[in-house]
Amino acid sequence: MEQEPRIGVYVCHCGVNIAAAVDVEHVARAAAELPGVVVARDNTYMCSDPGQALIKQDIREHGLNRVVVASCSPRMHERTFRAAAQQEGVNPYQVEMANIREQCSWVHRDKSRATEKAGLLIASAVAKAARLEPLEQREVDVTPGVVIIGGGIAGMTVALDVADTGLPAYLVEREESLGGRVAELNRTFPSLQPVSDLLQPLIARVQDHPNVTVFLTSCVSQVDGYIGNFEVEISGYGETGTPAGGDPASKSGTPRAGLSVGSIIVATGYDVFDPQRTPELGYRDYPNVITSLEMEERLIQGDLTVDGRRPERVAFVKCVGSRDARLGNPHCSRVCCMYTAKQARLVREMLPEAEVTVFYIDVRAFSKGGEEFYDETRSQGVRYRRANVSEIYRKRSAPGVDAGLAPRAGAAPVLLVAEDTLLGQPIEFEADLVVLAVGMEPRKNAGVIQKLLKLPRSADGFFLEAHPKLRPVDTAMDGIFLAGCCQGPKDIPDTVAQAKAAASSALIPLIRGSVPVESASAVVNGELCAGCAMCADVCPYDAAALDDLWGTSRINPVLCKGCGACAVTCPSSAIHLQHFTAEQVLAQVDALVE
Amino acid sequence: MKTQKLTEQLELFGCIQCGKCTGGCPVARKTTLNIRTLIYHMLVDPSMDVDAHQELWDCTACFTCVERCPKDVEPAELIISLRGELVEGGRVPETLGTALMGIFRQGNPSGMARQDRELWAAGMEESLERAKGLATRARDASSAQEECELLYFVGCIPSYDPRIQPVARALLRTFEGAGLHPGTLGTRESCCGSEVRRMGEAGLFGMLVEENGELLRSVGARQLVTTSPHCFNTFRKEYGLDGMEVLHYTQLVARLIDEGKLTFPEPSEARQEEHRTVTYHDPCFLGKQNQIYDEPRAILEAIPGLKLVEMDRRRERSLCCEGGGGRMWVEGTNLQERLAFQRVQEAAETGADTLAVACPFCLLTLEDAVKVQGLDEQLRVMDIMELVDACGAMPHVER
Repeated sequence: MEQEPRIGVYVCHCGVNIAAAVDVEHVARAAAELPGVVVARDNTYMCSDPGQALIKQDIREHGLNRVVVASCSPRMHERTFRAAAQQEGVNPYQVEMANIREQCSWVHRDKSRATEKAGLLIASAVAKAARLEPLEQREVDVTPGVVIIGGGIAGMTVALDVADTGLPAYLVEREESLGGRVAELNRTFPSLQPVSDLLQPLIARVQDHPNVTVFLTSCVSQVDGYIGNFEVEISGYGETGTPAGGDPASKSGTPRAGLSVGSIIVATGYDVFDPQRTPELGYRDYPNVITSLEMEERLIQGDLTVDGRRPERVAFVKCVGSRDARLGNPHCSRVCCMYTAKQARLVREMLPEAEVTVFYIDVRAFSKGGEEFYDETRSQGVRYRRANVSEIYRKRSAPGVDAGLAPRAGAAPVLLVAEDTLLGQPIEFEADLVVLAVGMEPRKNAGVIQKLLKLPRSADGFFLEAHPKLRPVDTAMDGIFLAGCCQGPKDIPDTVAQAKAAASSALIPLIRGSVPVESASAVVNGELCAGCAMCADVCPYDAAALDDLWGTSRINPVLCKGCGACAVTCPSSAIHLQHFTAEQVLAQVDALVE
Repeated sequence: MKTQKLTEQLELFGCIQCGKCTGGCPVARKTTLNIRTLIYHMLVDPSMDVDAHQELWDCTACFTCVERCPKDVEPAELIISLRGELVEGGRVPETLGTALMGIFRQGNPSGMARQDRELWAAGMEESLERAKGLATRARDASSAQEECELLYFVGCIPSYDPRIQPVARALLRTFEGAGLHPGTLGTRESCCGSEVRRMGEAGLFGMLVEENGELLRSVGARQLVTTSPHCFNTFRKEYGLDGMEVLHYTQLVARLIDEGKLTFPEPSEARQEEHRTVTYHDPCFLGKQNQIYDEPRAILEAIPGLKLVEMDRRRERSLCCEGGGGRMWVEGTNLQERLAFQRVQEAAETGADTLAVACPFCLLTLEDAVKVQGLDEQLRVMDIMELVDACGAMPHVER
């Protein structure tokens, strides 16, 4: 069914984005002369409705069977043009794009040479288009059910949303109880509601829900499959000698369950910055220098004394381990400003006679009710000083310190050394209790989940969302979604919002009942395959494997993402990647170098 | 001075004005030097009257600001560049000018005669000749004799200053004792230029890097060891001596002890050094700037009988002695409150009878302070090398 190529070429001005650097009319005229091209046009915005209408009209009037659009990156609008062509009966895989914006007009200034390059890119796309074959759009059925990794507030929220639809939710938690980091907190900001008031009912609902299965002291040890049909193995965490906090994917634990599900949610949370990495702040040198999480514990206990004495001066030091490039944590942890305000206020309540001072670089009170809470905190008498504390030490001759070699352990005050940047003066500030507002970091063992699920991470080490604005809970792996602080620091409201978003995204394929799979997959020619399995070695998606019966390679078209690694590795050229065949690619190259 | 170009060059736009630099600056607490506001002026003012900032000469180049900056700005580099503006116009304190001239003419800041550079080895002439021979023979590759594996760079202060010369002798003696045969450059050795760069004399520093670099490379040594953390720091970071391992002596000595090539005899009544209580002062150029905190302590702990106690401000929080960045040759603006005074008080408060150092500048400034503070009955300042030597370090088997 070889068709004679009838190609339409559409050159986009993208307003002035392309037209300013490329003579679009000239390249359209030149494209009209290329072999197989029936019609070539230029238009201000090809992606607009009139632009798409133009393509559709030409397909009808000129009987086009291939479409080449010269515009922006295919990441931007390939889907748009494929859909337009498909509506007129052209196979979506017979649409080709030439990127003359990002790869041409935006990066070149010399108009004549940019025009020449655009012409070549279009000729190259036309050469490929002439050789494109129609591919079938395929769908596979899905297995209902969701595995959620992490039983903190994010994971529990997802589990309940999934379970409430009537589908099974499997919640995997490595610790002995649910609740995660939130369970370590005292009260929330800005409402000052006790954490137990919001957490306990949530845990109870999860435990009682007929559709939620909770696996405690468990971890995910193996994941196979693909969107709609994952096979997940659950093992005991920390069993047979694996230290808690060790490798959560350790296979040392006995497999507890094998689950078949359609989606996976990662809600593995964060680690707290260890201030021993900022030795200038004296954490662990002085018992009265504590972290904010240790402060939460003290607030829960209701005990703020230092060596049995009520502290008279309490200092908070913000941005410890956050916004700090030298520590590899350039990010803002987003919660420290507010939890510090909260703690400072609680200290004011518990120790009305004490002086409470917060040392800050900037105050970021952006959450709903945040600025109002900050205002209230100051009006309660908490002092804010703009200073990034540079050093904490103790003068041996300071009051309360015994003479001799060993300073008395807890009670002696420490000195905070800083510059008050509003006064423009270096200061030494004496405090009886210092709280280091430690930030959030990616889990130290995030690499385990990264490998297990093949998830990319962003430069800050947190898991990377598919798009920072438009796909904030999706990952590069279809069917795997992110919730909570594993994707980046968040407060409780943001975590819950993201968890609910992840739940709804994860449910889409499950409710739809099937998922579309990539058609541009690799295909093995069994006649040529020698069974060397090098394709299986390079495949990042475990799609290639040797057939048990024939000993030759087979590629699972559902797992295959069409990356082409196997096709270029195969020493016998037995694998070809549909939509990127050797013939198509070589024709593209020839058109460029001719 | 126009600020724009330098601001871009030093990437000061990254500064968020948090003040961690000035907060940690040891001299900001006693003079008007405020590096954060200097950066701010650079960011918001199109021009700056550098002459109005004589406090620029207060900086000791301890680099605490560089180490602590959360945004990878290098505040001290701005001070060095602004000093460069002053140097360019010939507007330097007279004593600094003299030091720079001495380095230019005689290869040392004291302006002492170049041919006297090896007087430090008085009484060890045989060892010196041998060490010099090694470095020279290796230079003309024709003779396939002994290769110079290890080159000992003595440095200006240890070469000329009678208080530090014994440190250099102790080093040579210890190395030989451990079976190492270091080469030295003798009178061919010149100032490393570390403080020259930090005083803002970029031109002279460039010249020294070129000449010294060529000389050092020509010896073909695999390792280069220095007495001073200042020489060590510049060779390690600013010379591009590829293929040459640059070591401070504390690293090498700690390694020798670790490998069992250097051991100490059982304590004896006769050697009172062994019964000392020692506290150790981390030099900025060794500690903060090169994270060498453990090796000096490992050496002290290896000496039997010697007791190591710590000051509160140690390691990353060590207090600068004010000897770096050219401050050996210029007084700065506040003579009354010397940091060295504070430092020896802190040392005395530990109950130690000995303040150990690993830097010639620290040794001189702290010893002065001990005298001025009237602590000389109570506290003795010694280089780690002097302690090692006095405690009879010896090779494992022979001798």
